[in-house]
Amino acid sequence: MSEIFQITALSIQVSAIATIISLAIGLPFGTWLALGNFRGRSFILSIINTGMALPPVVVGLVVAIMLWRSGPLGELRLIYTPVAIIIAQTVISAPVVTGLTAAALEALDPRLQQQLLGLGASRLQMVLYLWREARLPLLAALMAGFGSVISEVGASMMVGGNIRGQTRVLTTAIVLETSKGEFGQALALSALLLVITYLINLALTWIQQRGQRR
Amino acid sequence: MSPFITIQDLLIQRNGRKILEIEALDIARGETLTVVGPNGAGKSTLLLALARLLKPVRGEIIYDGKSLLQMNELDYRRRISFVFQAPLLMDMTVEQNVALGLKFRGTPKEETQARVGKWIKQLGIESLSKRRAGQLSGGEAQRVSLARAFVLEPELLLLDEPFAALDPPTHARLLEDLSNLLKQDHRTAVFVTHNLKEAARLSHRIAVIVGGMLRQVGTVQQIKAHPADDAVEAFLQELPQSG
Repeated sequence: MSEIFQITALSIQVSAIATIISLAIGLPFGTWLALGNFRGRSFILSIINTGMALPPVVVGLVVAIMLWRSGPLGELRLIYTPVAIIIAQTVISAPVVTGLTAAALEALDPRLQQQLLGLGASRLQMVLYLWREARLPLLAALMAGFGSVISEVGASMMVGGNIRGQTRVLTTAIVLETSKGEFGQALALSALLLVITYLINLALTWIQQRGQRR
Repeated sequence: MSPFITIQDLLIQRNGRKILEIEALDIARGETLTVVGPNGAGKSTLLLALARLLKPVRGEIIYDGKSLLQMNELDYRRRISFVFQAPLLMDMTVEQNVALGLKFRGTPKEETQARVGKWIKQLGIESLSKRRAGQLSGGEAQRVSLARAFVLEPELLLLDEPFAALDPPTHARLLEDLSNLLKQDHRTAVFVTHNLKEAARLSHRIAVIVGGMLRQVGTVQQIKAHPADDAVEAFLQELPQSG
């Protein structure tokens, strides 16, 4: 029981940290892409949109090569640690948050920026109020970012190694139990993963709906 | 007395194409100048340039004795206020929308409440103060937008066809109210419209912009009697029984 608790806690912890880092990167970057008017903007957006569909195993492979003992970042000794999983999950969810942030802000009336500036907003105040106005789709971006990492298995397996007590998360544990033929265990862990995902999304949806009603 | 705003040799381009050229234009303190012209003539561009939301490629705007480009951008924008054709209200209550510009300026809460209360009353929207922007009609939303601009008590008020999208009775009522407010307030204002009747109602002087160029400045009577060129004459002829 304590092992399941530890696996669950680690799953939530790494995915939450990866989502928060993705938000810290994706919110300003997506805003810059949505509001900016510069050469190469469409090209960067197309790269980000492609990144939204990055296969986790490909991310796992690239991050594993980077963090491998003989790799460029091998000296950091991060391979097969929870930090490696966080890095891989951040690579997966950051484009999702960035792309959906850009889309959320692009959906606002473009004259709203000029209106806020025309009322005396500083650039920072303008961005904060645009975020406020787009808060519901931005929350959806957060949910999609979290959803993309809590449920992925390929990258966590490849860079975490599924080490018992250290890097085993719910998805990698499900794969292991299935490979051993322990379908009952695998089903129980799957149910747990679904409940956790549901509860977190329920909380975010509640916040989103509250925002809509206000 | 020197003019409040002087525009000299102004040229604004978009993608290398000229969208507005003004050789010279003065606006006196307390004056309401109405800018008329056909759609796409460059009227809104003038307002955006006056709000420092567009950069000219040539020429300058002198505001209260100082070149606009030498003034701190944010400090300048906090001395003016802009009303667009669409109300562009935020998803918040009427009160919160009206208080928005004051919040940006860090105005103390008590003063904000007093000023918001005063202007909500002036524009006859007290009964709507707790409503959310999405629940308002077009006319109500535009009243909120006007209150949001007036509450800032700006030195310069820029109005870009604020009533164009409203039905005729609402349009007429709001025009009447705005005309009274501008008369009471003696605020400097630049009002864009393509309706000469509206222009005559709100101001003494009218600036005619056609094809991205300021063609003539004068009273409606002067412009009608002596159009500066063929473009102004053609514009006047195209107007449906205005003025």
